[in-house]
Amino acid sequence: MIEVKNISKSFNGRPVLENISMQFDKGKTNLVIGGSGSGKTVLMKCMVGLLEVDAGEIVYDGNNFSSLSFKERKPFRQDIGMLFQGGALFDSLNVEKNIMFPLNMFTNMTLEEKRERVNFCLQRVNLVNVNQLTPSEISGGMKKRVAIARAIAPNPKYLFCDEPNSGLDPKTSIVIDNLIKEITEEYNITTIVNTHDMNSVIEIGDKIVFLFQGKKEWEGTADDILKTEHRELNDFIFASKLAKALKKQS
Amino acid sequence: MNYIFNIGRYWLFMKQLVARPEKFSIYWKQLVRELDNFGYGSMGIVALTSVFMGAVITIQTVYNLVSPLVPMTAVGIVARDSIILEFSPTMMSLVLAGKIGSSIASEIGTMRVTEQIDALEIMGINSSAYLVLPKIVAAMLIFPFVVIISMFLGIAGGWIAGVGAGVISSEIYIRGIQDSFVPYNVTFALIKTVTFAYIITTVSSFYGYYTEGGALEVGQSSTKAVVYSSILILVFDYILTQLLLT
Ligand SMILES: Nc1ncnc2c1ncn2[C@@H]1O[C@H](COP(=O)(O)OP(=O)(O)OP(=O)(O)O)[C@@H](O)[C@H]1O
Ligand SMILES: [Mg+2]
Repeated sequence: MIEVKNISKSFNGRPVLENISMQFDKGKTNLVIGGSGSGKTVLMKCMVGLLEVDAGEIVYDGNNFSSLSFKERKPFRQDIGMLFQGGALFDSLNVEKNIMFPLNMFTNMTLEEKRERVNFCLQRVNLVNVNQLTPSEISGGMKKRVAIARAIAPNPKYLFCDEPNSGLDPKTSIVIDNLIKEITEEYNITTIVNTHDMNSVIEIGDKIVFLFQGKKEWEGTADDILKTEHRELNDFIFASKLAKALKKQS
Repeated sequence: MNYIFNIGRYWLFMKQLVARPEKFSIYWKQLVRELDNFGYGSMGIVALTSVFMGAVITIQTVYNLVSPLVPMTAVGIVARDSIILEFSPTMMSLVLAGKIGSSIASEIGTMRVTEQIDALEIMGINSSAYLVLPKIVAAMLIFPFVVIISMFLGIAGGWIAGVGAGVISSEIYIRGIQDSFVPYNVTFALIKTVTFAYIITTVSSFYGYYTEGGALEVGQSSTKAVVYSSILILVFDYILTQLLLT
């Protein structure tokens, strides 16, 4: 479980997150939704310690993460997997070495064991025979999947995904969404996904938090969200004609 | 204002490099890669510039030597000393600032804007040390060798040009380069070289590491890396010459 307690963050005096509190449960796929620039990425980076919060606390299963120093956070890092918005694969390493990287950092596995783990993770994301390719030789969707494989390789307890399906076709998006949900349930991970894709919201959202201009405006389940009367949220989810048409029908 | 900000940030960056040491093993592979990259990888351009530089210096010296009172061996002496003292260490460093500096800045800058640096940090790696320390160490180790090779090639280039053009005999040129040789000059050149290696790698890494934005900014960082490394090389060339040769 991860608790976010009253955090605020501003850049050069411009507030980006204002007094946000929320709680994410274990074994659940938690979604943070919101328009472009609403602060989703900043919130996620604050949670994993890439950005320091100005005020408030991030608590991982009872441990106050935000008060720890870089060194003290080390044991937690092994438990955190993150999928970046652009994949963030290391260009100079091939797929296999990319996925091995966190294993080299955190484990004392032998090369054989690491290879096995790499192949297992690649299978998990439905990729085969890509081990020796470099990131420049694979497609965008494959990159995302390799990045997921890298994130789950060291068996994280907490998985953060920043827009896992931006830039993917609808079908691949659904595959990746389902993959994240499956992994979450199978390994009982606390998963947090940033998205502005309404398909994901309906498909995999166990809990949904809506950010609007740096504030938490709403939280609830996938069922609640379709019935919400919240104005900004309504504008957000029923922005497309397709969604409006579906709403009228129901 | 901006300058002062950058100077302060540069020193903090330097402090960061040594503040959170990691296990040595993860640096080793990087170091080997950079040694190969900086040394072997820059041999081509260094050889080319050195030979031509030596050739031009020799021919120019012969051309300027109109007085019958000065012996022709002076050509060898002048070519040797200017190559060892200034051209090989300083000019090669400027050339390498262009080649290596821009590649360091764009490599690290790209890693920054594509969140690869964040990905390192999230695994608890001191990204600045991991990316930059092996480059600094590799450059400081390998540049002296590169510059020594450049000195040999420069002097050889002078011989080829001088003898080839028939303006000086092989025997006199060789007698010239052996005449009143001061070994300290080589030491001085190597001190400069190591300093310049440090300047090129740290300044370029600094501009790469603090890139913000996208591909355009990566390009700007790499330009800044080359410009500021070159300026600092010239400034420190002057300072070191003042300190060590007077
Ligand atoms: N390093 C930074 N310095 C200054 N401002 C920043 C920085 N990072 C983010 N911001 C600002 O914070 C705001 C929120 O950005 P963020 O990246 O969190 O949006 P987002 O919700 O992830 O959007 P998207 O869906 O487009 O990814 C934006 O207005 C952005 O300009
Ligand atoms: Mg974002």
